[in-house]
Amino acid sequence: MTRRYTARAAVTATCGADGRTRLPRLRSDGPLALRETAPLDGATVYLVGAAAGPLGGDDLELELLVEAGARLTVRSAATTLALPGDGASRMTVRAEVGPGAHLDFAPEPTVAAAGCHHRAAADIALRGGATLRWYEELVLGRHREQPGRHTSRFDVTIDGVPLLRHELRLDDPAVYGSRAVLGDARAAGSVLLAGPGLTREPHTADGLAVLPLAGPGVLVTALAADSATLRRRLARGEELASRPEPAGSVGPGRYDARVTL
Amino acid sequence: MGANHDHDPYDASPAHGRALRLGIGGPVGSGKTALTAALCRALREEVDLAVVTNDIYTTEDADFLRREAVLADDRITAVRTGACPHTAIRDDISANLDAVEALQERHPGLELIIVESGGDNLTALFSRGLADRQIFVLDVAGGDDVPRKGGLGVAAADLLVVNKTDLAPLVGSDLDLMARDAARVRDGRPVAFTSLRERPGAPEVTAWVRRILREAAAEHAHDHGHGHGHGHGHGHGHGHGHEQGHEHVPAAS
Amino acid sequence: MDTALLLLADSRLPAGGHAHSGGLEPAVSAGAVRDVAGLAAFLRGRLATSGLVAASLAAAACAHAARDEADGGADGAGWVVLDAEADARTPSPAQRAASRAQGRSLLRAARSTWPHPALAALPGDAHHPVVLGAATAAARGTPRDAASITAYGAVTGPASAAVRLLGLDPLSVHRALADLARAVDAVADEAAAHATGPWRDLPAASAPVLDLYAELHIRADLRLFES
Repeated sequence: MTRRYTARAAVTATCGADGRTRLPRLRSDGPLALRETAPLDGATVYLVGAAAGPLGGDDLELELLVEAGARLTVRSAATTLALPGDGASRMTVRAEVGPGAHLDFAPEPTVAAAGCHHRAAADIALRGGATLRWYEELVLGRHREQPGRHTSRFDVTIDGVPLLRHELRLDDPAVYGSRAVLGDARAAGSVLLAGPGLTREPHTADGLAVLPLAGPGVLVTALAADSATLRRRLARGEELASRPEPAGSVGPGRYDARVTL
Repeated sequence: MGANHDHDPYDASPAHGRALRLGIGGPVGSGKTALTAALCRALREEVDLAVVTNDIYTTEDADFLRREAVLADDRITAVRTGACPHTAIRDDISANLDAVEALQERHPGLELIIVESGGDNLTALFSRGLADRQIFVLDVAGGDDVPRKGGLGVAAADLLVVNKTDLAPLVGSDLDLMARDAARVRDGRPVAFTSLRERPGAPEVTAWVRRILREAAAEHAHDHGHGHGHGHGHGHGHGHGHEQGHEHVPAAS
Repeated sequence: MDTALLLLADSRLPAGGHAHSGGLEPAVSAGAVRDVAGLAAFLRGRLATSGLVAASLAAAACAHAARDEADGGADGAGWVVLDAEADARTPSPAQRAASRAQGRSLLRAARSTWPHPALAALPGDAHHPVVLGAATAAARGTPRDAASITAYGAVTGPASAAVRLLGLDPLSVHRALADLARAVDAVADEAAAHATGPWRDLPAASAPVLDLYAELHIRADLRLFES
């Protein structure tokens, strides 16, 4: 395995005088192929993935600049499959979201395949009045295989003040398989919503936690035995997080130990 | 307070300028919560007061007091003790101090805070860092030999309350024997025999609480009236048997 | 080891720790921990996640307190920034509340035991690891000491709760703790390595189940521990 990519892709979204978002910069690079599609909200960009991977040794970086008032939606066309290769692979997303701008980043799941050694990092700087939706799903290995090493780190600041710093480390099965961390869940995911008008009430249910942060944001985390269940839980959590007031009383919730522990 | 001249460097909680803290301890079922409720009802019109409960398992005691509406909700706080009720009132009083301080912040005029311990064994004693005075509550149904056996709570509390005296004939407890034994192990400190069923206001205990409040107020006034160098250093210390007499209690001004 | 640091690490330090189980009580309620082996596995996960994060914050706080003292200042603004870094690493509101409650109790104990300008400058509701780091500096310890004491407490606190909740054999539990000693040291090493770097880079390892447990616990009707 000698193929190694070093790729730097970038998107800049601006808001025109007419209030519409345009993409003056849309730079694909190597396996990070970007396509603008029919807009879901503002401008929409798909990561279409020109190669399998990332493979060990790849160093990929995506820069997203969403300027004042612009709205950018980012999706991916397919699952990301982190595979072994020559050393560690790295995928970094850096985003700056300007005043009044909105970024919605929700790619398809990442699968940490056996033997992979992958580091994912996202570093997001929000300016005053910016809003964010950041969605991630991680599947621990294909078809009941043991996952390789996968670490993800997520840093979000608002005007320089940290809102969330959150890592998930899959490197030692005795740690991530602990009933304090992931238990026997095979899929883990989160949605971060940042901005005004979100719930201030925590909520828990089977494998789901809706966690209002100290700053203006809510983190939804979910664990499940499979990707489909995970997605349902995250959708439910996001719905609860988006409501300024809780629907009905917030009870203790029931915890399904079989699934998530 | 400006009283540093006689301030003991190891005294972390000078009693002056805050509410008097009264601990109420005793075994499970002896009537601590009922006594607390009775004191609240009797004193709430004349004394600015609040309660901290230390429940073993739930917030049941606090909920009882709220249900009985003996005080406004924001004057009742429950503390969890991690399965160690004696630790929370004796070895590590942090959670209770937090609760007491929060009450004091919410109600700056508080004169009395009752800290009710979770039901515990006979050796439990309130730390002096938490309680200025303490009551230990027994009931006659627990056996009339309990005072004879002593135990730290029975021996050292500022007031020993023997509750449910109405049950004495039914359970065959000898109240005179209990009184004699208590007097012997308690070095003359007072004992009150109560029956909250027959005398719901617990007049014996209420009178004692009124007296310690007067004493505290007098001590406060006394300290304020003296200049430097007096160095009596007595602070709020007790256990010197001074509860026996009322003589040194001047009328509160 | 220095006696002042032994006092700080001792579970008998009257700083409110006995009323917190570090997520062990909800884990027991959920059936996730039933025996010593289950406890050991739980502790290993807790140590490498919230234990590492707390140890790193404590090491950074200790370094900050020492630096600030050397500068002759009482940098209240710096403490607010570090406290915000703790907030950002604690998404669960119940855990933030538990951390601040323990911080408050520890600050009272530390101020009374080791008077120090850093302890005077700390906000009264600072997060527990931040206070523990400053208290270590006040007791003349190093950032590595702060990390070590914090990581140690991250496993001994829940272990003690397990003895009380499950009636586990305390000898077996101590054997399990001894088996974890090297892992505790490794976490302390990793945490101390970040002590003087930028605070934004401090570890942020998450434990999603602990977050969920913390929220479940605070709403539970029957509970012995605050957290």
